Parts: sequence; structure tokens; C-alpha cells
Amino acid sequence: MLYFTKWKAALVLLVCALGVIYAAPNFFPKGTFPTEASWMPGKQISLGLDLRGGSHMLLEVGVDSVIRERYDSLTENMRDALREQRLRYRGLRGSADGASVTIVNDDDVEKARSMLAKLDPLTIVGGEGNHIMLTYNEKTRREMIDRAISQSLEVVRRRVDELGTTEPSIQRQGEDRIVVQVPGLDDPSRLRDILGRTAKMNFHLINETKTPQQAKATGIPPGAVIMPGADNASPGEPEEYLVDRRVVVSGDNLIDSQPTFNDGRPVVSFRFDAAGGARFGDVTSKNTGRRLAIVLDGKVISAPRINEPIMGGSGIITGQFGVQEANDLSLLLRAGALPAPMKILEERSVGPGLGQDSIDSGEIAAILGMVFVVVFMAISYGLFGIFANLALIVNLVLILAIMSILQATLTLPGIAGIVLTVGMAVDANVLIFERIREERKIGRSIINSIDAGYRSAMSTILDANITTLIAALVLFSFGSGPIKGFAVTLAIGIITSMFAAIWVTRLIVAFWVKRRRPTELVL
Amino acid sequence: MKPLHLVPDEVNIPFLKLRKFFYIFSISLVVISSVLFFTKGLNFGIDFRGGILLEIKTDGPADISGLRDNLGSLGLGDVSIQQFGEPDDVLIQLQRQDGDEKAQMAALETVTKALGDGVSIRRSELVGPKVGDELKEAGIYSVVISLALIMFYIWLRFEWQFAVASVVALLHDVIITVGLFVISGVQFDLATLAAILTVAGYSINDTVVVFDRIREFMRKFRKMDLVELLDLSINTTLSRTVMTSFTTLLALIALFAFGGEAIRGFTFALIFGIVIGTYSSICVASPLLVVLKLRRKIPEGDEATTEEAGAL
Repeated sequence: MLYFTKWKAALVLLVCALGVIYAAPNFFPKGTFPTEASWMPGKQISLGLDLRGGSHMLLEVGVDSVIRERYDSLTENMRDALREQRLRYRGLRGSADGASVTIVNDDDVEKARSMLAKLDPLTIVGGEGNHIMLTYNEKTRREMIDRAISQSLEVVRRRVDELGTTEPSIQRQGEDRIVVQVPGLDDPSRLRDILGRTAKMNFHLINETKTPQQAKATGIPPGAVIMPGADNASPGEPEEYLVDRRVVVSGDNLIDSQPTFNDGRPVVSFRFDAAGGARFGDVTSKNTGRRLAIVLDGKVISAPRINEPIMGGSGIITGQFGVQEANDLSLLLRAGALPAPMKILEERSVGPGLGQDSIDSGEIAAILGMVFVVVFMAISYGLFGIFANLALIVNLVLILAIMSILQATLTLPGIAGIVLTVGMAVDANVLIFERIREERKIGRSIINSIDAGYRSAMSTILDANITTLIAALVLFSFGSGPIKGFAVTLAIGIITSMFAAIWVTRLIVAFWVKRRRPTELVL
Repeated sequence: MKPLHLVPDEVNIPFLKLRKFFYIFSISLVVISSVLFFTKGLNFGIDFRGGILLEIKTDGPADISGLRDNLGSLGLGDVSIQQFGEPDDVLIQLQRQDGDEKAQMAALETVTKALGDGVSIRRSELVGPKVGDELKEAGIYSVVISLALIMFYIWLRFEWQFAVASVVALLHDVIITVGLFVISGVQFDLATLAAILTVAGYSINDTVVVFDRIREFMRKFRKMDLVELLDLSINTTLSRTVMTSFTTLLALIALFAFGGEAIRGFTFALIFGIVIGTYSSICVASPLLVVLKLRRKIPEGDEATTEEAGAL
């Protein structure tokens, strides 16, 4: 075990040298590492949100509502088709599970079935007896969800980008979830505000045949609906509006929106694309004198009277806005509406002050832990302890290097993982040294003892480390965020500590034996 | 200078003679932990329960009772307020609100507003009911899966008695560590769970080292009585067991003392788990091999495996 071929020794040294090169950038403040030399790697370990400060948010996209919308529009086609064929029906409605209808006459059922089956090739016809239910096949359903998620991702990205922070990360997780991580954000409520809203803006005409109160008492006119006013509507505006259900101009046609001032009050300006502008002009000229409701997420922000046709394709939204609210609303309109409402399932934020404190205390703990272990090893094993300490340093350097190369994220539990590794990393060497002691005790020669020590400790080292590695890997696959960071450093630490103990110390010991030809082994 | 040996060179402690005492000790700890676990229960953190956590820094020393009055009157259910670390550091926790995710969000906003501008929020966490339940589920899975995988690995490498003994020792460590959390009322969160899994990995590591030696001696000393052989194996590896536990504890103590408030519960679990894991690999796992009637006779031809394993 003490014999190293030249190339093997060279390989071990090369790994150590590479470790130093790749770990080096981490010892310089960010951005000051001289990266002009292009052969030098400049990557640093990225810090987790718990260390650098920032916000983490887990959002769930309400895919049910997307599917429901599709089924709702399918019912419209069904209604047309059934009417055309003069089939009597009742209970036509869409839900998240399908579009269903009940045919009144038993004789018509077969005809209705075959006709509805042809309506949309992507649907499956189900239901029993007179009850017919159309559902989209699984593949189509999945495509709808995928499309909704990728649109949501895109909108979320545009909204977060507007915050102007560096390196936000937006990723899909599982079937219907999105993880947003924004480093360096002081105020998570801002993120909450801009991600928690769908921001679907539409223009509807106000139905002026009745007041909302009359409509409630005597029945809502066909094609109309009662909508609540927004929380930040101007004072004096009613709490409810009777609005035509039909969307006259859709917010999808918006291309720009900016916060601005009108009579010294913050307002939000908007501008349509060519098609939207033409449509807006058309609607406003046909309905001059009527009131136009600006509806955001089902709530009426304001309902100004159309005094004259608006041909330029732009306008302003007034309301009880603060500057911040006007900013946010215009941001949301610029970034576009989400295809479905989102729910915030989890939110974790760390202020930058706490992050820095954590880094500082983590650093102190890591250095102290290291010093304790190094001193203790030297006391316990003398020269061999110092060899082990050299390996420990190599081990640490390699952990940093591998984490930089993999661009793994260092979290506070991750630092704990490194400290724990420092304690455990000496284990392999302890196993070997204790074994050498024993071999020496039964009277073997120095060289033989060292050789046998390495040889018999090897399988133990392997067994012992693989079991810990199993725990680390399970943690990695089930854990989230900071815990994942712990699993990463633990797993990397186990592997590098094995390398350091088995190869690096052995190389040092081999070199020492060759040079010194020791006659006494103090261990 | 003569190196320091934590364990004297010629150590010969009759561990197996004391095994009845260890059994009684361990079984009572396990029973107490289990009973308390089912009666008193763990103090789950918001990771598993759902709810809100805020870490704030007040302007000057915190007025805890003032905060309690202020936040208690908001009608948000149980509000726990604790001072920790510096006198101006306060930890606020709110129970999971009735209703869905929106209700949690509204509660967070209410609290933030009630705290006003005088305090700075250093950390805020909100875990909705859905995520809390999922994390609980994932936590249970991860414990079960890692135990199963570890047992499988040991079974691959050793005889079945070793696998059973090591997993019993492992469960012993996990149950007692959880028991400590029940008794102390220290909050049990995701980080604690990670610590417990790490303890599991560490404890098995310790056990494997002793078992490796037992296996080796079984091949070497074919005529030796099992009890005597186990004692010899434990004693020859005792120095290593103590050394490694000691260095790991040294590192962890540094972490516990200086690593900051955020990971104190985590290191607490690790420190205790490593002590109990060291105890169990010496005093529980090995004696169990006697109970499990480990086969003494190794068939001829198996001798070669030692060399093979050594050559790895």
C-alpha cells in the first residue's frame, strides 16, 4: 500500500492543485478575483438565500380554472349545436371536470351523443342515460396545463424582472407549481403584491337599465352581471356595478402602461396595439355617452363616462392610487396577465442583515471547529496527526472547489455540513492510525504495520462512509432549500474526505517513510 | 512528546457482562420516549404545522409583554413570542390560520402592519397548510427510505443478524433523539429532521466499524466464545470510536456555541444524537448479536473475502 507509481502520485497532486485553483476565487471578495487570466476559473460558490438574504416563494397555478374556462367555452359550442338540431336539453354547464348536459327526450339521446362527439375531436363523450359529459382526453388536458404553466412562468419572469434585482430564479416544480427566488430583496411584501394578482384587465360597458340594487331585487337583466368595486376605487364610487358580461376590449391587446400623474394624483396610463386601438376607437365611438368599466380581476377600478371617441388607442386609469400602487398596477399591466390565478403556498424571506450575521457566525464556528480538531489530532497522533491535518485542509479545499465547479448553493445548514465533515473527515485517518498502532503492538515492522493498517482499514472506511452517503442522498432528494444545501456539502464532504484520507495522507506517509526511513513509530 | 491516548492502550472493559444493565437502560429510554411521543407529542415548527414565523429586531430592548398585548389582540389565534440571542431579538410565531393559503397571507400582513415601522423584520416565513402536510409526508418517507436503504446495504455486506442489530440500534438512536425533543420541547422542524437523518448515518457508521471488526475476528479466532469475541472487538475499536466521536463533537460544539441562533436546534440534535449513537454501537448493537444467536461457524472458503475486502 505504500508503493505509489509515479503517475499515480502525480494524479493525486494534480487533483490537489486543481482543487486549489478552483477553490481560490472564493477567498476574494466578489468581483475582485483577477479573472483576466483566461485559464483561471472565476466561479464562486453561490450563496443560498438564507445567507445572502432574499425571498423564496412557492406558487401554485390554479390550473383548474384554466381547464374550467375551456369547458365553459365548450358549453357555448354545445349550446349552439343543440339549438341548431332543435334538441331539447337542460343543465348545460361546464366545470373543472368536464362539460355536461342532460337531454330531455329519451329518443334524442343517441342523436345528441353522436353529434356532440363530432364537435371537438379532442374530447371523449361519457355520461350515462340522458346525461352526456364531454371531457378532453388526457393528452390535451396535459397540454393545456403545460401551456398555462409556461405562460405563467413567462409572466412571472417579466414581473420579477421589473423589480430590477439581480439573478432572480424562476422555475417550474412538479405539475402545477412555480418556485421564485429573488436574492437581495428587502421587502417580500412587494413580491407578494406583484405575484399574488392575476392582473387580467378587461373593459366592459356598464348596464344602465337598472341600478345594482334594483337588479338584485327584481332580477339581473340577461347578459349582465354584478361586479364589486375595487378596494382602491375613488371615493364616492359605488360599491357594486351592474356590468354587461361581454368584454368589449380585452387587456390582452395592451402593449404598454406607465405610472403618471393627472391633476397631481397618481394614475396609470395604458396604450393598445393597433388591433386593440382600433377596437377601442370603435367601441368608444359607438357608445359615446355610456359608461365604460375598467375591470381588473373581476373588480371595477373605475367606470368613466365616454365623453368622446378615443381614437389614439391610449388612455388613463384613475383611482385611489398611491405612487407605489400606480407603479405596481402599471408593472402588472406591462408584464401581462396570468393565464390563471396563483396561490402562494410558501414564503420564506431573510433580510440581508441576518444573512450577513449568519455568514459571520458560520465562519467563526467553522474556523474554531477546524482549530479544535487540528490541535486535538496533533496531540493524539503526533506527526501522523499533522499528516491527517494536511489531508483535512486538502479536504476542505476540495469541498470548496467541487462546490464552485458544480455551482452548488451554500446554505447555513450547508456550513454546518462542512463543519460536521471536518469532524468526521478525520475518521478515516483515525481508523487507519488506530489500525497501524494495533499492528505495531503485535510486533510487526514499521513498514508492514503501515501497510497492513491501510489495507485492513480500507473496507471499514468504505462501509462506514457509504452508509452516511445513503442518508445524505436521501436527504438531498427529499429536502428543500437549505436542507438540500446541507445534504450537498455532507455528500461532497464524505467523498472528498475519503480521497484525502486514502490517497493524500497515504502519499504523504509513503513519502515520509521513503525519505526518513523511520526506525521508531510514535503514534 | 508522547501522543495523548484518550483510551488506554491495554483496555479491556467487559461490556457484554453489563449488557443486562444496558438493555434495561435502553429499553426504558425507548419506552419513555415513545410514551411521551404519543401523549405529549412533538413541538412541531411551522415547517410541518403550517403557520407564520417572524424574526424581528426591535429598536432597543424588546418589550415582550407589550408585543404580546399588541399581537394577542389581533384575533389570530395562538401567538408565541420569545426573546432570544440579543435583548432586541424576538421570535414571533403564529399558528396555522383557519382557511386556505389566502388566510395565512392575510394574517402575515396583519401582523406586519401591527408591528409598525419601529421594528425591522429580519426573517419571515409562511408555510401554507398544503406545504406543511407535504413536508410532513416527505419527512416520514425520507426517514423510512433511508433506514430501509441502510439496512439493505448492511445486509448485502454482512450476515442478516448484523443488519437487524444495526437497524435496531439505529431505531433506538432515532427514537431517543426524538424523545429528547419531546421532553425538552425544543421545536422540531425541517432542520431537526435533517439532523436526525445525519445521526442515523453517523450511528450506523459507528456500528459498522465495530461489526467489521467482529466479522474479522470471527474468521481469525474460530474457537473463541462469542461473548469474549464481541468484547475483544469492541475494546480494540474503542479507541477509534471514542476518537472519532470526540473530534466530531469538538466541531459540533464550536457550531453550537458560535454558529448562531438559526442552527442551534439543529446542532443540539446532532450533538445528542452522536453521543447516543456512540453508546448504542457499543452497548446495544453488539450485545444484540448474542440475542440474535449469530452463527459462529463460517463455512470454509469464505476466508478469501477478508483479503478481497482488504484489497478494495
